[in-house]
Amino acid sequence: MASLKELKGRINSVKSTQKITKAKQMVAAAKLRRAQAAAEAARPYSERLSSVMASLAGKVAGDSAPLLLRGTGSDRRHLLVVVNTDKGLCGGLNANIVKAAKVRARELLAQGKEVEFYLVGKKGRAPIKRDYADRIEKHFDTSEVRDPGFAEAERIADDLLAMFGAGKFDVAELVFPVFKSALAQEPVVQQLIPVPAPAPSMVDAGRPNAGSQTVAGVVDYEPNEEEILADLLPRYIRTQVFGALLELAASEQGASMTAMDNATRNAGDLINKLTIQYNRSRQAAITTELIEIIAGAEAL
Amino acid sequence: MPLHFELVTPARLVRSEEVHMVVVPGTDGEFGVLEGHAPFMSTIRDGQVQVYRTAGAQPEVIAVRGGFAEVGEKGLTVLAEHVDG
Repeated sequence: MASLKELKGRINSVKSTQKITKAKQMVAAAKLRRAQAAAEAARPYSERLSSVMASLAGKVAGDSAPLLLRGTGSDRRHLLVVVNTDKGLCGGLNANIVKAAKVRARELLAQGKEVEFYLVGKKGRAPIKRDYADRIEKHFDTSEVRDPGFAEAERIADDLLAMFGAGKFDVAELVFPVFKSALAQEPVVQQLIPVPAPAPSMVDAGRPNAGSQTVAGVVDYEPNEEEILADLLPRYIRTQVFGALLELAASEQGASMTAMDNATRNAGDLINKLTIQYNRSRQAAITTELIEIIAGAEAL
Repeated sequence: MPLHFELVTPARLVRSEEVHMVVVPGTDGEFGVLEGHAPFMSTIRDGQVQVYRTAGAQPEVIAVRGGFAEVGEKGLTVLAEHVDG
């Protein structure tokens, strides 16, 4: 049985831990709102870009299509772009992302393809390094900026485009968590390069009052369809990466909020248990003392 | 009839308003868009978008970098990666 002093010390330490987890939970809740607002604000741009892409991609098909749309014609070398957080304290979020990435990697390797990793964020490094140390192409460090934004997305996308231009891979896939709610963030694998042509019907379904529905054949293009598309594709990829970063930010805060809520509750339970134990030991000590006094008095 | 003008960046919707005319720096030269313009799409070079709220008014100048402009039946949409000011 731990002594009274030890128990008191433990109770105090759990109490201070609880304070930290509670504070982190509230911070995460506030940040989650901001992250969701940011994701909301980014929607108009990506929706418009997708709809324009869809209408253009349908027109420019076949051999005249840019390399980014057509692909290299092979799908042997894959690059997995895994987006993780920089900080912990967010439950199983990073573990789930890494797990999804590893499942995909195993699948591809089983098909006899080559797989390389491009890691964004700190927390994915160690677990992926453990299994695929020689397949990591590059780390992209986002730990120095507070909120990874479009500037980071741009740098990541430009990096990827340069690597694609240099013929380092055939297919790039993006692994990132999709924010569903504070309780659920689901990692998804999405093809990034070559750009999968968005289906027009799918894009329009998401926006009933389509603001820029273009009728085929009527629209004038300057300089021409091919050049606009070639100019648009890198932007589209940047937007995709940016979207992944926004989803990640929202997921991180959501997961963090839930995990910290659990931790706070667990700490509360632990404090209750320890307090009961403390009170019992205190009572036992008092009883023993009384017995000693009474026994002493009786002996006289 | 005013022209509906929207300026969008990846991070936010910068402008969404009714204006008289917008001059956009297209890759092949500047072009002005008034209400009722034919459907049109162009890439833009880094430069300044001039927004004329009313005919003959002093234009409001917005510097944009990287993007494209689209004129549809609902008006003009400029998608730009960076907007200064």
